[in-house]
Amino acid sequence: MLLLIKYTLLYGIVLMLVALGGMFSEHSGIINIALEGIMVIGGVAGVLALTMLPADAPAIVVVLVSILASAAAGMIYSLLLAFASINLKADQTIGGTALNLLATAIAVVLAKYFSESGSAKLNYSNKPFLFSIGGLELSVFVPLGLVLLIVSYVVLYKTRFGLRLRSCGEHPQAADSVGINVYRMRYAGVLLSGALGAVGGMAYIVPPVQTWNFEVGVAGAGFLALAVMIFGQWKPFHIFGAAMFFAVFKSLANIADSTFLASFGWSSNIYNMMPFIASMIILAFTSKNSMAPKAEGIPYDKGSR
Amino acid sequence: MKKNKLSRAGLQGSLVGVLAALLCILIGLLCGYLVLLAINPAHAWSDGFVRILKGGFYDAPYGVGKMLANAAPLVMTGLSVAFAFKTGLFNIGAAGQYTLGAFGALYCAIVLHLPWFVCLLAATVMGGIWGAIPGVFKAYLNINEVITSIMFNWIGLFLVNEIVYGNGSGVMYDSRNTRTWNLRKTAGCEGSVIPDFGLNDLFQTNSTTIAIFLAIVVAIVIWVVLEKTTFGYELKAVGLNKNAARYAGINEKKNIILSMVIAGALAGFGAGLYYLSGVSEWNPLNSTSLPAMGFNGISVALLASSNPIGTVFSAIFISHITVGGSFLSTKYYPTEIADLISGIIIYLCAFSMLFRGKIRGLLFAGKRADKANANAETAPAAVKKEGK
Repeated sequence: MLLLIKYTLLYGIVLMLVALGGMFSEHSGIINIALEGIMVIGGVAGVLALTMLPADAPAIVVVLVSILASAAAGMIYSLLLAFASINLKADQTIGGTALNLLATAIAVVLAKYFSESGSAKLNYSNKPFLFSIGGLELSVFVPLGLVLLIVSYVVLYKTRFGLRLRSCGEHPQAADSVGINVYRMRYAGVLLSGALGAVGGMAYIVPPVQTWNFEVGVAGAGFLALAVMIFGQWKPFHIFGAAMFFAVFKSLANIADSTFLASFGWSSNIYNMMPFIASMIILAFTSKNSMAPKAEGIPYDKGSR
Repeated sequence: MKKNKLSRAGLQGSLVGVLAALLCILIGLLCGYLVLLAINPAHAWSDGFVRILKGGFYDAPYGVGKMLANAAPLVMTGLSVAFAFKTGLFNIGAAGQYTLGAFGALYCAIVLHLPWFVCLLAATVMGGIWGAIPGVFKAYLNINEVITSIMFNWIGLFLVNEIVYGNGSGVMYDSRNTRTWNLRKTAGCEGSVIPDFGLNDLFQTNSTTIAIFLAIVVAIVIWVVLEKTTFGYELKAVGLNKNAARYAGINEKKNIILSMVIAGALAGFGAGLYYLSGVSEWNPLNSTSLPAMGFNGISVALLASSNPIGTVFSAIFISHITVGGSFLSTKYYPTEIADLISGIIIYLCAFSMLFRGKIRGLLFAGKRADKANANAETAPAAVKKEGK
């Protein structure tokens, strides 16, 4: 049971962070389908920072520097999406898909370049990231995620910036007419999603294992986060709930072979399938009253007012 | 007279499209060369860049055969995505449809021992079914096909792995190789392999079959359907404007579903071509990544700006540099440089409309100035072409 809670928290926080990233981007009016790629880039940057830091550096420095490196890489990478979809008005879905394809290639090339063995596997120490409360071993990403969740809520609903950001996703023309710079707001939204997505990618890779093969990327977690975001109706706390719901199934898949669940004779494939099927069913029922930002996916053109 | 002008505008459009694609390729290759320089400057030109450019020809004829064997399914997944694009849908689900197609083909081959064309048909049907699901969700519930396709990609992967693996005792699973049974080496399955008519001897490979020719034939058929039939016209009309199409008496729900079924069937057919040629076997233990062929199909379609005939050439190109990348000496370079190059090319393709505008401006600006009168007449035709 403790194992189930542990896996659920670890994985749920990942999904939540990435989904929050997607939420910021979509509230600004940009569909960010590149979350998967941003996670990969954030993961590879964070892990590389980890391996390069001296082994005797204090834990707090290691954690801070690598998380910041990861977030910075994610923001730089998300600039590519922002530039294509805001300035060049390219199709956001296609641009995002291209970035997903590119991210895995970049990560593998980087990992092979920096690893001693010449394979795409990087070894690192995840000790600084772990701590335990009463036998429950957690990573620093759990408290960090909860803090970011509250910050996200405050930023989105209680600040001037949040209101402006949301207005750009709902009705950019109206926002522009009252003097809000729509392009800048959309850049802000995409950059935030880059930072959160990248940290999420690192949270996915670092805590559970000490070596990661970047050929597998993040195995669809970014796409699942998109589903979490939709299921969470683009609202921070709903997203938290949705992420935990999805994470329970994923955790069941992880422990299916070793616990009482083995007696059902269901393989991990079936548990892996469940969150996807559940989200399809939920989507089917909630599609009629979707809370999606109205202007998402539509490039903003000043001339077309 | 009018017809003549129309075809000229069409020609101009495709010329600009080809030039834009070439520009994307050129910039992509340049970026790839810079990466090669950054990793290992001493070997960047002859051991790196030239090998990628030579592609399969570096180790001809074997490399060329390998390139063709990989190009055939790529043409099909590219067609799948391109066909959906033409009808206003983004089929990111080609990977899932490909997975189901692979299952259909391999099941008919390994378990039922059916002849190869029946296996291909099964692959096509399975892909079509998996494509129909996002279509139904889109038509009746108005859920974006991108989200549905992504979900069903993973559902398909887990489902197929579960059935094939069957906790290690599946009938299609060869536990010694941790793959499905090798069709060429398993009794009863020889008839399920696509015939090669001597191509294997010609290229000294064991997986070059007539698959590439089948793919080219399908590409031509799809072009005819889209450009020359009422059915294709209706599909495109729904893609351009659903409401206008309904007003014109077209059943838009049926057409959305049909578009996705055809797109899925094309991807499934591609999987059939790949696995029935015996290029490799399905690995049911890989539950973390979808077949790359599906996503590379998006690259192919974008590079070809969704032209069915263009997909043949762009698939051969992508396959060419991928095979070229695999010939890189791993001592100096990771083979994924080729993926990096194609990734950059696709990113550039995402805003190739911009390139197209620039090229058109450069090439035809002079003519436009002194033929202002003629231009006024060709403009609507050009717009029509864009609309297609």
